[in-house]
Amino acid sequence: MAAVSDQLLVYAILGYALAMLAYAVEYAFGSRSVVARVAERELVGAGGRTAAPGAPAPVAPSAPPLAAPGLAENARIAGFAGRGALVLTAVGWLLHLAAMVTRGFAAHRVPWGNMYEFIMAVCFVGATAWLVLVTRRPVLRPLGLFVTLVLVILLGIDGMLLYTKVAPLVPALNSYWLKIHVTAAITASGVFLVGFVAAALTLIRNGYDDGKTRFPYTLGARLPAADSLERTTFRIHAFAFPVWTFAIICGAIWAEAAWGRYWGWDPKETWSFVAWVIYAGYLHARATPSVRRPVATWIAVAGWAAMMVNLFGINLFIAGLHSYAGLN
Amino acid sequence: MSTVDERPVEAAAPPPTPGPAAGLVALGRRAWRWLTSMRTALILLFLLAVAAIPGSLLPQRNLNLEKVRAYYTAHPKLAPLLDRVGGFDVFASPWFSAIYLLLFVSLVGCLVPRLRSHVVALLRVPPDAPSRLDRLPAHADGLALHGDPAEVAARLRAVLRRRRFRAVVRAQPDGGFTVSAEKGYLKESGNLLFHFALLALLIGVALGSWYGYKADRVVVQGADQGFCNTLQQYDDYGLGSRVGPADLEPFCLTLTDFQARFLDTGEPADYRAAVSYTVGSGAPADAVIKVNDPLRLDRARIYLVGHGYAPVLRYTDRYGKTQTIVAPFLYLDANKTSSGVVQFPDANVDPVKGRDPNDKQQVAFAGMYIPTSDGTHAVSVFPAERNPVLVVTPYRGDLGLDAGIPSSVYTLDQHQIDTGRLREVGSEPLRLKPGDSARLDDGTTVQFVGTRPWTALTVRYDPGEKVVLGGAWCLMIGLLVSLTGRRRRIWFRIPASGPACAGALSRGEYPGFTAEFDNLVKEVQ
Repeated sequence: MAAVSDQLLVYAILGYALAMLAYAVEYAFGSRSVVARVAERELVGAGGRTAAPGAPAPVAPSAPPLAAPGLAENARIAGFAGRGALVLTAVGWLLHLAAMVTRGFAAHRVPWGNMYEFIMAVCFVGATAWLVLVTRRPVLRPLGLFVTLVLVILLGIDGMLLYTKVAPLVPALNSYWLKIHVTAAITASGVFLVGFVAAALTLIRNGYDDGKTRFPYTLGARLPAADSLERTTFRIHAFAFPVWTFAIICGAIWAEAAWGRYWGWDPKETWSFVAWVIYAGYLHARATPSVRRPVATWIAVAGWAAMMVNLFGINLFIAGLHSYAGLN
Repeated sequence: MSTVDERPVEAAAPPPTPGPAAGLVALGRRAWRWLTSMRTALILLFLLAVAAIPGSLLPQRNLNLEKVRAYYTAHPKLAPLLDRVGGFDVFASPWFSAIYLLLFVSLVGCLVPRLRSHVVALLRVPPDAPSRLDRLPAHADGLALHGDPAEVAARLRAVLRRRRFRAVVRAQPDGGFTVSAEKGYLKESGNLLFHFALLALLIGVALGSWYGYKADRVVVQGADQGFCNTLQQYDDYGLGSRVGPADLEPFCLTLTDFQARFLDTGEPADYRAAVSYTVGSGAPADAVIKVNDPLRLDRARIYLVGHGYAPVLRYTDRYGKTQTIVAPFLYLDANKTSSGVVQFPDANVDPVKGRDPNDKQQVAFAGMYIPTSDGTHAVSVFPAERNPVLVVTPYRGDLGLDAGIPSSVYTLDQHQIDTGRLREVGSEPLRLKPGDSARLDDGTTVQFVGTRPWTALTVRYDPGEKVVLGGAWCLMIGLLVSLTGRRRRIWFRIPASGPACAGALSRGEYPGFTAEFDNLVKEVQ
């Protein structure tokens, strides 16, 4: 069963990688206007979620008219690749789900008892969040390239460097709080992952709109409008932040039962606090008119950086009570 | 938080009047305004996040004293400097406290006026319709509302009330009516609840540090090895600043049984400690303490935090007197290679003449206990007792216990050995299996009877916990309400004659706002 899970994960990564490729094809062939128009058509087709009046249309203002027959051909390829990318993402997601389920059966427990499984689950939530988001707001499809890129990188690191054999839980983890606290932490992390991609792309799009022509900003040409991205970024974070808060509260309740105190500034606790404070700062900054929106978005990116330090830095380099990575 | 809520700005300062006192007042006022501004609060929030980071990178005294000592050894020059700025006690350092206290002062300074204006908003009726409804983000003209304007207004108010809007009808001088409705006050309520909950957390933490305590104790299995909850009986303790020795819950506890299960890899699978305890003069009760499952008394909780082995030695001295001592050995690794010392301070006392203070013939055995020996190395290969060996060196002389200086019970007093007052006996250590005996050079005998398990227990009491827990749930609820709530206003204007119109305004972002408005307009027609 464990071997099946390992195989399935490889296929899932492959699925995401192919999806990434398809998103990239869409990205390359879709001219600015095409990406925006295809998206707009689907937006209308997806059930009448119309943009509020006053919100800028997703069409880039500088879009050249769609005239040449070559462009029409490109648009067809782009549309095809885009739909293919979604299908491939969904296939990758199913394989990912199967990998987690088989892992759980192999270990006879929830499949998030060590770092390898944790990251696998975080990526799964990230992929789920992305699929939900793109279904509800098809205009955001160009983000898929970057979401799958992050998924492939994280899962690749996970499978190659952090792989851990199936093992039972250490006694400290053997509690129903594992299901509550860790599940909440995974959910929040997975959603923050998508939030981070949206935040980073918002900044890229902002840079592009400001006329920056260096590398990361050139990617902005084919992204949805900055304010739509910015609003999406906020809404993703506004969803994940309470979940993260809940994860920390549950962690504190568990810590009281396991270690005798609800809060002890263990390195993992400290960094969870740091990330919480940064994300809280983001939500406040965004609600404050005197703080410019790109500054607020940078804060969201900083929050993800804290999450990554908490995941990799603390697990791998700093010993503490949360040392369950299972890597020695 | 999703609304564009700027912190309320206080009224502008009165025109400056001459005089130093007025200048000071103005300065104070400016400082207060600066401190309670959102920008300052954000900066403090970030300082707090940054200030917490060294606490995770440097070893902390409250987490691991050993690591702090190791850091001193590794960085003899840097460590004292770091220590001076609180580097090893980050979360108790003045600068960390300063940041969060300023943040909380700023929070209070912001919350109080905000609470006041929210209460006012809750009491106030929704304001009258603006004169130009078509200037609002959502509006509808030429509504087909037929009938007497007063009746139409009453009907609209009923529809809005059904949708849980707070609605009011106002008669206009021109004979028409306006209906004003507002909804979503919960958002600000949630926002305030969230922030007040943060204050509750701080109060709970403070209560815990004043009235709580923590104490550690190693307890060896057996009725003769129990302890009571008094400070003298603890290896280590920390009392809150307002806790006296008499405030400890009066319980006594003995370890009746301890079981540890291990996987074949040596990974622990399960621990359980069976204990018997009494509280005050109550009847004895039994309980099982497990990892994640402490013993909860009314005013104390007892946690299982570690376990190990305590070798039992029986020593027969030169006067034929036999004593049995059990001494917990401290484990050095995950496989429970343990080190310690078994001391017999009352050995070799002449029954007739008593102890000669200048030639104490006290005896001790210091060394290692290896629960599973591989036969050659002095390191255990498995945490359970599969092939136990006790490797100890006998010592004789003055153990130095009578000097009244507190010393470790896990090691011999090195000073006594260095000064020759405590000497090694024999040329090499004794290797004893359970049941084995050995004879020393003076004809006395020692027998390794076996081992008893010991557990490290931590006793804790934190009365602030309930406040913190309540605060945390309020925080959670407040957060959810403030993030999902949407404050919006809707107005209808029904002129004395002619078509009615409507308009709506949302405070902050609310993507479904237009849809809701359109829906409402459709429903009333």
